[in-house]
Amino acid sequence: MIALSDYLILGAILFSLSITGIFLNRKNVIILLMCIELMLLAVNINFIAFSHFLGDSAGQVFVFFILTVAAAEAAIGLAILVVLFRNRRTINVEDLDTLKG
Amino acid sequence: MTFEKFVFYVFAAILVFAATMVITRRNPVHSALFLVLAFFSSAGIWLLAEAEFLAIVLILVYVGAVMVLFLFVVMMLDIDLATLRAGFIRHMPLALLMAVVMAVELFMVVGPGNFGLDKVPAPVAQAADYNNTESLGSVLYTVYMYPFEIAAVILLVGIIAAIGLTMRKRPETKFQDPSVQVKVKKADRLRVVKMEAED
Repeated sequence: MIALSDYLILGAILFSLSITGIFLNRKNVIILLMCIELMLLAVNINFIAFSHFLGDSAGQVFVFFILTVAAAEAAIGLAILVVLFRNRRTINVEDLDTLKG
Repeated sequence: MTFEKFVFYVFAAILVFAATMVITRRNPVHSALFLVLAFFSSAGIWLLAEAEFLAIVLILVYVGAVMVLFLFVVMMLDIDLATLRAGFIRHMPLALLMAVVMAVELFMVVGPGNFGLDKVPAPVAQAADYNNTESLGSVLYTVYMYPFEIAAVILLVGIIAAIGLTMRKRPETKFQDPSVQVKVKKADRLRVVKMEAED
């Protein structure tokens, strides 16, 4: 049988990988957004696993809400990205220093 | 090894491979496509955990809508990949070290010592007539009614924000103004010229 720890370790590996992705691709906003999606996926796997093993559907309801918020976040984030590229002709994070003073 | 466990490990291996590819590919289009693969394999894992409705929702909403939006934006932007990749190799050792340390720490917390089968026994499989969608809906529309409505408002805010951010007035584009078209008088368009008849 699959143990709860198998699901949790999978979520932990996925979360560590997405943190690494944020470190490696710190200049590319699109990859950063994808890494955030991966992180949310890791958290969702944990929620689903606990919901399955504790026999409580509250975990699945939370995954539902996380998916909702993640979809809204992706839509707004990509809209900001498009406006950013239209104004600055770049999505490099290092070029976005107009607030630096 | 039972068949269930075998399927879990296959899906988990594909998921980890796809996640690695997402963060290391040079081309963002490839990253987005590997993210689609990651979502598909995690949907398989959710099916194993008897979360059928959410597995389908993950594929329909995430792969069908969010990832297509990602691909659309990635292909629309003309990105200079070389400057965006600068520092990738330089940050690699630190990032790898951090990932390994974090994974080991998380493993010590959530590993078999604390959440193994002897600590948390495997649940009894649901009966064949169990309906995951029905059980999820019965709590979603009763206990979580207000959060559900707030989720709807969040999606509305998302729609309005995305449209409001990206819409712009362009002076060079030509378009029709129906109210001006309706208000036009005969005198605005037609000029009657009196002249002698020619023969």
